[in-house]
Amino acid sequence: MHIKEELAERHVLTLTVDNEAGTLARIAGMFTSRGYNIDSLTVADISEDHATSRITIVTKGPPPVIDQIIAQCERLVPVHKVTDLTEAGPHVERELALVKVSGAGDQRVEAMRLADIYRARVIDATVNSFIFEITGGPDKIDTFVTLMREVGLVEVGRTGIVGLMRGSGAS
Amino acid sequence: MPEKSGAEILIDGLIEQGVDTVFGYPGGAVLPIYDALFQQKKIKHVLVRHEAGAAHAAEGYARSTGKPGVVLVTSGPGATNAVTGIADAFLDSIPLVVITGQVSTLLIGTDAFQEADTVGITRHCSKHNYLVKDPAELAATVREAFAIATRGRPGPVVIDIPKNVQVATAPTDIKSKAAQRFHPAGEAEYALINKAVELLANAKAPILYTGGGIINSGPDASAALRELAELSGAPVTSTLMGLGAYPASGEAWLGMLGMHGTYEANMAMNQCDVMLCLGARFDDRITGRLDAFSPDSIKIHVDIDRSSINKTVRVDLPIVADVGTAIRQMIDVWKGRKVKPQPLTEWWAKVKGWRAVECLNYPASKAEIMPQFAIERLYAATKDKSPIITTEVGQHQMWAAQHFHFEGPNKWLTSGGLGTMGYGMPAAIGAQMGNPDALVIDIAGEASIQMNIQEMGTATQYRLPIKVFILNNEWMGMVRQWQELTYESRYSESYSDSLPDFVALAEAYGWKGIRCDDPAKLDEAIAEMLAYDGPVMFDCRVSKKANCFPMIPSGAAHTEMILHSDEVSGTMDDEAKALV
Ligand SMILES: Cc1ncc(C[n+]2csc(CCOP(=O)(O)OP(=O)(O)O)c2C)c(N)n1
Ligand SMILES: [Mg+2]
Repeated sequence: MHIKEELAERHVLTLTVDNEAGTLARIAGMFTSRGYNIDSLTVADISEDHATSRITIVTKGPPPVIDQIIAQCERLVPVHKVTDLTEAGPHVERELALVKVSGAGDQRVEAMRLADIYRARVIDATVNSFIFEITGGPDKIDTFVTLMREVGLVEVGRTGIVGLMRGSGAS
Repeated sequence: MPEKSGAEILIDGLIEQGVDTVFGYPGGAVLPIYDALFQQKKIKHVLVRHEAGAAHAAEGYARSTGKPGVVLVTSGPGATNAVTGIADAFLDSIPLVVITGQVSTLLIGTDAFQEADTVGITRHCSKHNYLVKDPAELAATVREAFAIATRGRPGPVVIDIPKNVQVATAPTDIKSKAAQRFHPAGEAEYALINKAVELLANAKAPILYTGGGIINSGPDASAALRELAELSGAPVTSTLMGLGAYPASGEAWLGMLGMHGTYEANMAMNQCDVMLCLGARFDDRITGRLDAFSPDSIKIHVDIDRSSINKTVRVDLPIVADVGTAIRQMIDVWKGRKVKPQPLTEWWAKVKGWRAVECLNYPASKAEIMPQFAIERLYAATKDKSPIITTEVGQHQMWAAQHFHFEGPNKWLTSGGLGTMGYGMPAAIGAQMGNPDALVIDIAGEASIQMNIQEMGTATQYRLPIKVFILNNEWMGMVRQWQELTYESRYSESYSDSLPDFVALAEAYGWKGIRCDDPAKLDEAIAEMLAYDGPVMFDCRVSKKANCFPMIPSGAAHTEMILHSDEVSGTMDDEAKALV
């Protein structure tokens, strides 16, 4: 017998939650305990009185599972609103990455040239290394990181995705 | 402003919520609360013998009274012992407020004596939980906890209170309002109700599939269900958790559905054209093989919890609402519009045909007590007393569901979702506390009863005249049955060896013990049990090899029901084995 898997879609969810102890554990733990995927997760306090946070979760699953994920999130007491940006329509997604490369000579020049094309900024430089800062959609960052492997990638730090709906409406 | 200790604020909060009974067990981290309890008269504390017993007793209290059950236990092992009951209440949507002591805030995280991460452990088996770090937050927390436990889909809420927070004082700001951040569904949208009524009225083969949600919604929901059944003329079936919402003597009653449900209920589910699911959740014990589940029906699902909708079965018309309110709305629309349902003669003729199979028949015996016979006789002897029945988990539970019949809600307390052996006796204790004049009977198995047998002492102490009726087949019968069906009768560890002498045990605890193994003497022995004014343990020696039918084997469709034991095959493929 083999375990069957269904076709998964990628969805970006944003959650408005009470900024209190345990909320993140409640949400992240719910994903694990019910067997849902988390590709990335970001949290930050967003309200003036520090009472509310916004969580952005990138998850994968077949459509009925995504629907369940949203319903299960909504069921949690500190979660006030869940929006599926992927379903809601046009939206922007951005992520920030810090990418360190090391090398000399041509490799170093090539790294700089690529960074320029991808509009990555140099935020640290030594004679044999750079740290680039790049923001963009996840695909752009993936591509950039792949290219950097060829020219001496040392390490990468990524923030995970934040997203907002386009236009004047709020999610 | 006058100040009170956290412990006193907690007690005030419980009294404010109308709590009259707390099930608990003391320990170092709750001593301040126990001291505050000692100094008041409004709340009665029931001292259990194990914290699992406290949680199940609170469940029994809650399920039989409709009020939330309250548990009080110490930190560490006190809290971990209560976890099974919390998880049980979570799966069966039982309102509990569980107060756990915690080590002082200064010690949290240091692996202090009797420290356990109670909030972490219970996070995913409770509806919500709190670690209260300031006595000033306690009053509001208690209020919110009760609101969350009881409103919407009910469930257990845990409040973890460090010992120093119980001792520290805060202003008695008892009027502060609880945060209003919890908004359960109430009324349904009328557009959806209209659509549902239309579908139901135009159905040629409708069915009402009801569940524990109706019990949770309150007695009015059961009354409304009866009215809707009458108006629509549709047959009614129910999950294990929903028994009693529709009376078993009602004409439309098909019996329970699902794995050990009746032939007529499962066939009607399979062949219906419109299914109205009311407060049930398409659990795997109900649906059998999903792709064969009621293939041609239009499905309407009313549930207060949006996450129950489309979880396993896609439905055509989801309605997120309190089920009692939604049924009442349907009745209003139905009557307001003077809706005439389709004539259902053909549909009922089919039902009649399925009923004629008499699927609950079993081989009678004069030599030994058949377990089904024992339940029938118990039912016959007690039905006029409107008893509260609790159960353990196993064959006896299913036989009780099949052969005991319920006329009203809140009379049937069983562990459905988690299937917790050891639930029945403490639940009976809780039910008896909440209903001092009721006849409360735990229908038990000899294996299950041993899981919380220590609670006999609790019944003795509080003079609770509960009756424990053990269908003693000397086997973990349900396990043995599966081994016969799936593993060619390789009885791996399913024999109940070294059983205690239940009669002697009863006497040791100050109970009455009765044993019976003769079908001819059973009625007399049951009468003796009922006549005794005190707790009784009844060791009913039943046929050792009887199995529970009908049965839909795991992974099978409703139409592939096994009706009798001679149809049982000895082995199954891996796909079927992998399903629990
Ligand atoms: C706490 C717990 N452990 C294990 C099980 C698995 N289980 C289900 S039924 C059963 C046997 C119950 O035996 P008994 O109480 O004698 O009831 P019978 O089936 O014989 O009526 C077992 C072990 C369970 N449901 N709960
Ligand atoms: Mg047994």
